[in-house]
Amino acid sequence: MAIRVQATAFDPGAEVNAMHAANVGVGAVVSFVGYVRDFNDGRDVAGMFLEHYPGMTEKALGKIAVEAEQRWPLLKLEVLHRVGALEPGEPIVFVGVASAHRQAAFEACDFVMDYLKTRAPFWKKETTSEGPRWVEGRTSDQHAAGRWAKG
Amino acid sequence: MNIQVLYFARYREVLGLDGERVDGEFSTIDDLRAHLARRGDVWQVLTEQNLMCALNEELCSVNKPLQDGEEVAFFPTVTGG
Repeated sequence: MAIRVQATAFDPGAEVNAMHAANVGVGAVVSFVGYVRDFNDGRDVAGMFLEHYPGMTEKALGKIAVEAEQRWPLLKLEVLHRVGALEPGEPIVFVGVASAHRQAAFEACDFVMDYLKTRAPFWKKETTSEGPRWVEGRTSDQHAAGRWAKG
Repeated sequence: MNIQVLYFARYREVLGLDGERVDGEFSTIDDLRAHLARRGDVWQVLTEQNLMCALNEELCSVNKPLQDGEEVAFFPTVTGG
C-alpha cells in the first residue's frame, strides 16, 4: 500500500504501469484518474487550489486503504493526491488497485474513491470567471459512500 | 483544559484564523463548538449543519468526549478527489 500527497505533477500512465511491475501474480489492474475540469457549476474554471490538513490527510487515506485491503484480496493499492495549485487538464487524484482477478480490483477502486471523496480532508477552491469560490460538497457523494456501509 | 483548535478552508477564511489554543471546560467537541459560536458574528459559521470535525487528526462526530491537550479541527464538507 502506498499513499502519496504531493504538490508536484504526476504521470497516470507511469503509475498504472508500476501497479503490476515485478509481480506476475497480478492479473488485474483497475485505476481511476480524476482531472481538473475547465467548467463547473455554471462557471468557467481557470484554475484550482487544493487545501488539505497535513498529518490527517495521510492518516485518513491510509485508513481507507487498510479498510479496502481488509475487504478485498488485493496485491497492491496506491493512492496519490495532489495539493496546492492546479490547472485545468491536470490530474488531481490517482487510485490504482492490483489483484489476481478483476472484480476485487473494480470494487476496491470504487470504494476507495467514494471514501476519499467523503472522508479525506481536502478542499477545492476554484478560480472562476467571477472570482474565487470554494467547491461545495455534493450529497450524491455521501450517497455513493453510503453504499459500502456494512449492514 | 487547554485545546488546540484548527480551522480549514472556508472556515479559516471566514474566521481569519487557522488555529488557536482555547481554555475552558468542555465535555464534548460540541461544547467547544458552542463556546466558540457564542463569540457571535463570523463565529456563527461553526453552527452550520454540515460542519465536519476531527479529533487528533481523525474524523469524528461532535459528540466525541474531549480531554486536556487534544487537537480539534473544524471544517466544511470535504471536496477532494
